[in-house]
Amino acid sequence: MPHDVIAEMTDGIRAVMGATSVTQLRRLSGGASRETWRFMADETDFVLQRVRQGTPLGLGAEPSVLKAAFAAGVPVPELVIDGSQSDVLERPFMIVRAVGGETIARKILRDDEFSTARTNLVGQLGRAAAQLHRIDTASVPGLTVEDQIHRYRVAMDTVGEPHPVFEAAFRWLEQNKPTSTGTSVVHGDFRLGNVMVNGNGLAAILDWELAHLGDPMEDLGWLCVRAWRFGGAHPAAGLGSYEQLFDAYEAESGIRPDFDVVRWWEILGTLKWGIICISQANTHLSGLVRSHELAAIGRRVCENEYDLIEMLLEGVA
Amino acid sequence: MTAPHDRPSASELLESVREWLERDVLTSVEGRLQFHTRVAINAMNIVIRELELGADQEVTHAEVMKALAVANDRELADAIRAGDFDANLTDVLQALKPVVEDKVRVANPGYLR
Repeated sequence: MPHDVIAEMTDGIRAVMGATSVTQLRRLSGGASRETWRFMADETDFVLQRVRQGTPLGLGAEPSVLKAAFAAGVPVPELVIDGSQSDVLERPFMIVRAVGGETIARKILRDDEFSTARTNLVGQLGRAAAQLHRIDTASVPGLTVEDQIHRYRVAMDTVGEPHPVFEAAFRWLEQNKPTSTGTSVVHGDFRLGNVMVNGNGLAAILDWELAHLGDPMEDLGWLCVRAWRFGGAHPAAGLGSYEQLFDAYEAESGIRPDFDVVRWWEILGTLKWGIICISQANTHLSGLVRSHELAAIGRRVCENEYDLIEMLLEGVA
Repeated sequence: MTAPHDRPSASELLESVREWLERDVLTSVEGRLQFHTRVAINAMNIVIRELELGADQEVTHAEVMKALAVANDRELADAIRAGDFDANLTDVLQALKPVVEDKVRVANPGYLR
């Protein structure tokens, strides 16, 4: 990173924050569409997220969702600057107060320093999900209802490879659609990896990029998809039972999640992750981004076929 | 080993590169490069297992296609999508189970329950 880029950004940040000093600006790894930076302003740690160069979409509704979630008492980083309409840093950005902890699932599931966190986490995730599902949808005007089945049908057809097990899962999901639990703000990627965890457990829910309106049970089902257990033995985030998760959700919301509905979303989630694996491998195969890491993800598609067969044959003699 | 090639066989050749990655590369890199080295080792192991098991698995796959009266995955996928198997989706899944298990046995055998 050339020094003048850092210096220019530091100046820009100092201006938007009205800070006396901005120091230690450094880039962290980020997602596919965002750059993540960290810095100190007047002795306090902040995180900056900026839209990646060449990404046509801005930050979408994320800043307003974060603000609404914070106001509703959901554990999220506090939004300090919404730069979604600003050109001070060239591309849309937002700045949040940094939250300390760890996001890497394998560490959270295995390292000694998180043993207390592991005991608390499933209950905390259940309560936090209930809190985020209580956010007034009218307070986040940018969010839209998204038909998840349609979205991933299109994603699979875009690549065009035949996957009989996924076709069977699509049929089953269509035939067994549960009655809607309601329409809430849905986080859209609620799982380990996207939550900040400290020694006591959940510190903040991060990565609201995929937030949309939909059935709140989508978040609970996604949390239980086997890929998001990261090798853990239990269904909820690899750490706890459905019962533990549902108890916490009910304690916070008064609503007892229906296992069959959550399971339907878990099955859709497994299909979704399988299709995302196909798409990622295709990013390499099509030549868009040549990468053996993306290529290898193509061989994880079958893990999801395996899980779908197991779930769809459950209870069948 | 496949005629007319000499030793090392395709698997033996891959194993030699994998061993070098494990012994010399993995121990001298860190961070992102170390992670990508692990991904490379993993990819080589997938190919090594496919070379060993692939021929038998191809036979199993062909037998399952025949039992379901389709020529290949494409035809089966299209038929399921068209609703032709709606009345017996579980039978199709039951029939596909050994095929999917074979794929997992190559890609990530530790995943099998």
